[in-house]
Amino acid sequence: MEGLTLSDAEQKYYSDLFSYCDIESTKKVVVNGRVLELFRAAQLPNDVVLQIMELCGATRLGYFGRSQFYIALKLVAVAQSGFPLRVESINTVKDLPLPRFVASKNEQESRLAASYSSDSESQGSYSGVIPPPPGRGQVKKGSISHDTVQSRASAEQQESASPIVSPQQSPPTSPHTWRKHNRHSSGGNSERPLAGPGPFWSPFGEAQPGSSAGDAVWSGHSPPPPQENWVSFADTPPTSTLLTMHPASVQDQTTVRTVASATTANEIRRQSSSYDDPWKITDEQRQYYINQFKTIQPDLNGFIPGSAAKEFFTKSKLPILELSHIWELSDFDKDGALTLDEFCAAFHLVVARKNGYDLPEKLPESLMPKLIDLEDAADVGDQPGEVGYPGSPAEAPPSKSPSMPSLNQTWPELNQSSEQWETFSERSSSSQTLTQFDSNIAPADPDTAIVHPVPIRMTPSKIHMQEMELKRTGSDHTNPTSPLLVKPSDLSEENKINSAVKFASGNTVADGYSSSDSFTSDPEQIGSNVTRQRSHSGTSPDNTAPPPPPPRPQPSHSRSSSLDMNRTFAVTTGQQQAGVVAHPPAVPPRPQPSQAPGPVVHRPVDADGLITHTSTSPQQIPEQPNFADFSQFEVFAASNVNEEQDDDAEKHAEVLPVEKASDPASSLRGAKTDSKTEEKTAASAPANVSKGTTPLAPPPKPVRRRLKSEDELRPDVDEHTQKTGVLAAVLAAQPSIPRSAGKDKKAIQASIRRNKETNTVLARLNSELQQQLKDVLEERISLEVQLEQLRPFSHL
Amino acid sequence: MAQIAVIAKENYPLYIRSTPMENELKFHYMVHTSLDVVDEKISAMGKALVDQRELYLGLLYPTEDYKVYGYVTNSKVKFVMVVDSSNTALRDNEIRSMFRKLHNSYTDVMCNPFYNPGDRIQSRAFDNMVTSMMIQVC
Repeated sequence: MEGLTLSDAEQKYYSDLFSYCDIESTKKVVVNGRVLELFRAAQLPNDVVLQIMELCGATRLGYFGRSQFYIALKLVAVAQSGFPLRVESINTVKDLPLPRFVASKNEQESRLAASYSSDSESQGSYSGVIPPPPGRGQVKKGSISHDTVQSRASAEQQESASPIVSPQQSPPTSPHTWRKHNRHSSGGNSERPLAGPGPFWSPFGEAQPGSSAGDAVWSGHSPPPPQENWVSFADTPPTSTLLTMHPASVQDQTTVRTVASATTANEIRRQSSSYDDPWKITDEQRQYYINQFKTIQPDLNGFIPGSAAKEFFTKSKLPILELSHIWELSDFDKDGALTLDEFCAAFHLVVARKNGYDLPEKLPESLMPKLIDLEDAADVGDQPGEVGYPGSPAEAPPSKSPSMPSLNQTWPELNQSSEQWETFSERSSSSQTLTQFDSNIAPADPDTAIVHPVPIRMTPSKIHMQEMELKRTGSDHTNPTSPLLVKPSDLSEENKINSAVKFASGNTVADGYSSSDSFTSDPEQIGSNVTRQRSHSGTSPDNTAPPPPPPRPQPSHSRSSSLDMNRTFAVTTGQQQAGVVAHPPAVPPRPQPSQAPGPVVHRPVDADGLITHTSTSPQQIPEQPNFADFSQFEVFAASNVNEEQDDDAEKHAEVLPVEKASDPASSLRGAKTDSKTEEKTAASAPANVSKGTTPLAPPPKPVRRRLKSEDELRPDVDEHTQKTGVLAAVLAAQPSIPRSAGKDKKAIQASIRRNKETNTVLARLNSELQQQLKDVLEERISLEVQLEQLRPFSHL
Repeated sequence: MAQIAVIAKENYPLYIRSTPMENELKFHYMVHTSLDVVDEKISAMGKALVDQRELYLGLLYPTEDYKVYGYVTNSKVKFVMVVDSSNTALRDNEIRSMFRKLHNSYTDVMCNPFYNPGDRIQSRAFDNMVTSMMIQVC
């Protein structure tokens, strides 16, 4: 269309005429008949009319669109002014008077013409008729086109002029206009039971004389200062296309007027064109909204269900997308229903949108639902939203979902909103129930909080805790409990436990090893740890029961085959405590230097301490009893074997993760110290008795060992008997040596023979143990591989 | 890099959004393939009552470049999230919380009477929430 620039008066006038012709209320096309009537009323010759129609493109298009209509009107004005009809003349002719239409049927039209012409811009010569206020004249459904922002701004300026005066003179009109607004929002549907067209006219007739005085005042009124401020509002131009923006002019003007009245009042007060102002709801508006609410829901404290609200707002003819957004903004408690406050906010947003204001991203403060008693609407309009909701929900765009009050660390302000929610108790109880479900899951989010594993008390735990605390130097106290966590009630707990256990293993790493001692020294606890850890760190839901320890290759070791873990556990339960207490001082110095660098070196290699713990621990159970055998052969052999084992351990340490090296070493250490060997000796007692009495005669070591064993052999009778047997052997061996030296060589040779036998036995034992060690290592590796395979499914 | 998709019960997308905008097609494909895994998990777990089935499906499958997480609601609406494998700082529980957020926002969208189930989700609030979540991830 040709660039048609209309003055604001023309704009208004044309839009009114358009709506007048828009009988079918399509807002896009006017009925040709009406247009023709109008043109006839323009008292132009027919050929001129035809020419006009042709020029505006109606004949081309076949109908009168809005642009065509406006062009036609302009051309009518041009023609009536006597200018030649040209397309260019639309814009070139300045100060064109408004087209005159001699309204045989519409005195209002002439009134309209007169009224508009009385405006400042086009100082036409039609001031004869006292113009009614423009709002009055908007009986018909009009629509303001948004072709030009300036024209709208100036239209608003007009309106801004009127409110200063009109509210005083024509208070009765506003409800009528609101009703018209209603009518327009209903799209002219007669189903709206609101005031029908009838009452419109009569008040107009009545009020007109009353307002005439005001209008006269108004007409002489110079553009008020706030006019300029209106320009700033107009700076937020409607971005939607013409198709979407067809607000009823009544709505437009009346709401603009009322908004303007509020705004100008505010501006007079504040001298600011802040963004919040347009969103304020005036008393009139609120009253109107309340009335509307009542039509849908008589109870003002009740809800409007979503479907009814949808119907209602669909009548405003806004696009569904925008209505959806308005709903999102206004349904504050997200319950799918509108309270009175929410309804007013939504209505206000609809009105504002129809007036061309862009919808905000967040609900403006003045539209926030308030807890004021809505019966006294007077209060509401004056309170711009300082009522307890200082915009904190507005800070976070996702605040519309108050169902996440406590979970998310990034939205701390939602805690405030959750408090706010409590004030909505009478209304938002449903929302609170809606939001509750999150809090059930909330505790199971350990990653956002410090890991607090829930300790489950089990009988060995105390012992284990004591051991851990004793052995560890300044280790974390949470560690002892962490491996003992049971109850994988849900996966999150499981993860928590995994992480907690990992903490434990990490801490054990950090402690540099003494924790591994504690792990290895307690077979039953480790067994229990294994079972529980397996149930957790495993991974697939199929691991409901801990898999039994892999079968040990026992045929070569009669001693280990005779091992009964249950018996071991049962027997050694009581012993642990006493043995453990004395353990720290009993650690011999010798293997430590060899061990200390080893694990430290390899510790970083091993990233998965948990697995190695779990995987090595089952191996400890059979191994330790095997190691326990050493104690039966006294320290000399033990030291020999220990040396060899140390070497082996060191060799293996390069291959294996550290715990594995540490475990044999520690168990070696345990072999050296009676506290560790207590249970092993007890377990292997029956087996060892047969072999245990071989006399060994290392002078220095047995001495030391004897001292230690004497100190620590308290609780266990079996051990004691074994030890005494050993000791007896030692003691017997010891005095025998000097005696043999003193006597004759036979004794020496006998002792040498015995020693050799012992050596061979021990060597054989050594080889068998090494073989067993290798087997166990292989098993461990295979288990690790299986675990790795199962790992990706661990998060299911 | 992260992508989030909401898929309806009939397995057509309601909402797809990815942060590197140029990888849309690849992301669409990923989501499509992950639907099979989702269905498999649903059917596997669905032998028991639906109530017992957990909504969070966890890691659907990892590839060398990315990891795909799934979540299904009781109405068989699926949420699929794809994150970079290099983003190791992302814990499982963070993913869970993100899915919860998604679920809540989706519920809010559903509550809107102007939203027809089956439409593409055009809610601005939902968009904002997804944007904030992606910023948090990347």
